[in-house]
Amino acid sequence: MTNISRRGLLRTGTAAGVLAATGFPLMAQGKRGGKLRLGLAGANTSDSWDGRTHSDTFMVMCGFGCVFDCLTEINAKGELVGELATNWEAGAEAKTWTFDLRPGVTFHNGKAFGADDVIESLNMHVAEGSKSAAQPIVDNIAEMKKTGDLQIQITLKNGNADFPFLLSDYHLLMYPAGQIEEAIAKGIGTGMYRVEAFDPGVRFVGKRVDSHYKDGKAGWFDEVEVIAINDSSARMSALLTNQIDAANRVDFKTESLIKANPMVNIFEVTGNQHFTFPMLTNVDPFTNLKVRQALKHAVNRQELVDKILMGHGAVANDHPIGPANQYYAADLEQNSYDPDKAKALLKEAGMDGLAVDLSASSAAYAGAVDAAQLYQASAKAAGIDINVVQEPADGYWSNVWIKKPWCASYWSGRATEDWMFSSAYETGVPWNDTKWENERFQSLLIQARTELDSSKRRDMYTEMQMLCSKEGGSVIPMYANFVDAHSTKLTNSGTIGNTFQMDGSRLIERWWFA
Amino acid sequence: MGSVTRIVLQRLGLGLLTLFIVSIVIFTAVNMLPGDFAEAILGQGATPQAVAAIRHDLGLDQPPVSRYLEWLADAVRGDLGTSFAQANFASFVGSDAGAGMASVADTLVPRFRNTMFLAGVTAAIAVPVSLIIGVLAALYRNSVFDKVANMATLTSISSPEFFLAYILILFLAVLNPWLPSLSNIYDGMGFGERLEKTMLPALTLTLVVTAHMMRMTRAAIINLLASPYIEMARLKGLSPMRVIVRHALPNALAPIINVVALNLAYLITGVVVVEVVFVYPGIGQLFVDSVKIRDIPVVQACCLIFASAYILLNLLADILSILSNPRLRHPK
Repeated sequence: MTNISRRGLLRTGTAAGVLAATGFPLMAQGKRGGKLRLGLAGANTSDSWDGRTHSDTFMVMCGFGCVFDCLTEINAKGELVGELATNWEAGAEAKTWTFDLRPGVTFHNGKAFGADDVIESLNMHVAEGSKSAAQPIVDNIAEMKKTGDLQIQITLKNGNADFPFLLSDYHLLMYPAGQIEEAIAKGIGTGMYRVEAFDPGVRFVGKRVDSHYKDGKAGWFDEVEVIAINDSSARMSALLTNQIDAANRVDFKTESLIKANPMVNIFEVTGNQHFTFPMLTNVDPFTNLKVRQALKHAVNRQELVDKILMGHGAVANDHPIGPANQYYAADLEQNSYDPDKAKALLKEAGMDGLAVDLSASSAAYAGAVDAAQLYQASAKAAGIDINVVQEPADGYWSNVWIKKPWCASYWSGRATEDWMFSSAYETGVPWNDTKWENERFQSLLIQARTELDSSKRRDMYTEMQMLCSKEGGSVIPMYANFVDAHSTKLTNSGTIGNTFQMDGSRLIERWWFA
Repeated sequence: MGSVTRIVLQRLGLGLLTLFIVSIVIFTAVNMLPGDFAEAILGQGATPQAVAAIRHDLGLDQPPVSRYLEWLADAVRGDLGTSFAQANFASFVGSDAGAGMASVADTLVPRFRNTMFLAGVTAAIAVPVSLIIGVLAALYRNSVFDKVANMATLTSISSPEFFLAYILILFLAVLNPWLPSLSNIYDGMGFGERLEKTMLPALTLTLVVTAHMMRMTRAAIINLLASPYIEMARLKGLSPMRVIVRHALPNALAPIINVVALNLAYLITGVVVVEVVFVYPGIGQLFVDSVKIRDIPVVQACCLIFASAYILLNLLADILSILSNPRLRHPK
């Protein structure tokens, strides 16, 4: 699992041969200099440098994409590479993992990075009573052992072949051991930019560190200023008037105006973010598989993509694995809009027609109520009478989601198949929003988790996606793209990461001024 | 002057009572909204255990009456408490990190300073401009100038603020890039730069508040122009300008001062929309954010500031109108 850096590759004598063999394109080389100004939505006055609390886009970009580093990183092409770890190796059944750490790395305050920092940083999430959002990841860690100044060994309770993938999660930032509180207060990490000024919910200014292990591969701007602009019109007008160089979350309604401006480009990727209509499979009529299948054939997915996402998305197939996942099964049979088939399925279930309530609110996602109404219209042709119940946005997740038999919801997706499935599809987990239980699915989930053979895993995950799609309790009509905009002064390698918005939330490191 | 002191004390006493009532109303209202801080902050990830843990940490599991009384007891001693968002963050980190935790006051002060700066800049533009236009409109009443001034100011006050803001952005930032459309001021910014960044929101607010003040000035002056002493002045052969500025204006001050005070209070409390459009880090944005996550201590503190602004500015207006009126200054 050694990864070869581009430079290292070029330096070796075999470079030409390898490049010829793989068809690996030579990417544009970055250029140092300039001050990047970003306008980001998703900032809050409660923001801090504590990775355990990071959830909104502003802190994710400033945290793991700028000031801090993780052990591993998913690069723009979707491959796992080392960040603060250089090598990793799995023991039997993916139960013990040995990580070699990068030598010569220092924190912004001068402290050298080593094994203790990793252990203490990960322990932040393990601690009893910790409300870290990454707890499900680290919960599986049984023991962490320092096996050298620059080597640690992590033993898991249950094997997990994806473990190094999970360590690229944006919550699992590396802090200096013994100074974690100070590091959280001041923002002391190993990232390419040190904190110059940070005003929660208002702005962040970072200065490029003098030398960094990613030199020559990333970190082209001398300085970055990230401005919190939660209002979408304000964000777009700031970009159009050249107050900022890039902005996230483009409002589809103003998209044509932005496109009309020659100084601004829109960039978008289809990632794992998907919008769902979970049915509680332990509540009638959703207990009946035929009813669920009928509903899956009663929604016009393309219409939803065209009208709700204004084309900024892709049709999904009732399983939660997206194009940004390794084992995404793109060639499964698509559940399509087919009123006659839906009718026939209902007949098989012994029903003449069907009347169900569908709860929706803008809290699920912008346009969820409209989506429910489109669903209602398309289902009518199949003799299904959907009654759209508009729920208040306040308290939606507590009072409606997993409480009402059928509602609108969303998932931002997960980096790995196992993580996604075990968050919301595994039997008995709290976020299983359909209460769907399937023995075959469950046993495949457990098997695939410890399987290190990639092709076997692909087969397993494909079957699981098929099971979700055919029998699962969630209608998943569409993937929603990450749509962002940038000034034409900015440029990039040509490959844009699709794990998160803004080039995998790493635009600050990866882009440069043309 | 004894009467003025008495009025001030009386009004301050009533003001405190008002603040007390406001705090009860706000507390009740926020509690009646669906959802609470724990549910708002956890969103989709809310599990019953996590919600209960946060509620317990923040004391949200106590009955509302006792929570209110606890807050009141602290507030009376000048301690506005700790923002839920901050307290929740501290409980993530561990109790020992609570020491350096920012209190509500620490969160509010810089935002309030920014709001005051914006209000100050706006007032410095709007008050002279509207007084001058008002006096001129009274002087040339029913002329073309008067009609245009009336129409323009009434149009601007009748349009929604965000619309005015975008019009100004269009003309002053997009078509003619003279002023920045982003007012992200921060501590340590030079005064000049700060002023430049604040200019567009200040101009927007000027458009909003001018009509009210200008029309009141005009009406108050015209009202007086019919009185005998003005006729006397005119008969003496004074110029119309002098009649108005020297003779009519001083007697028209009381209502004008009242309107100005009301508008200043508005500049402190009612500029949320403008703040959002221009990304101005004022108190309004903080207030809206806090309501959204049901951060009751911050909401309460903001409301108290808003209520105090109204109370104090109204009091100031009353005192100034008393002082500007000799009949009230020397009651028989």
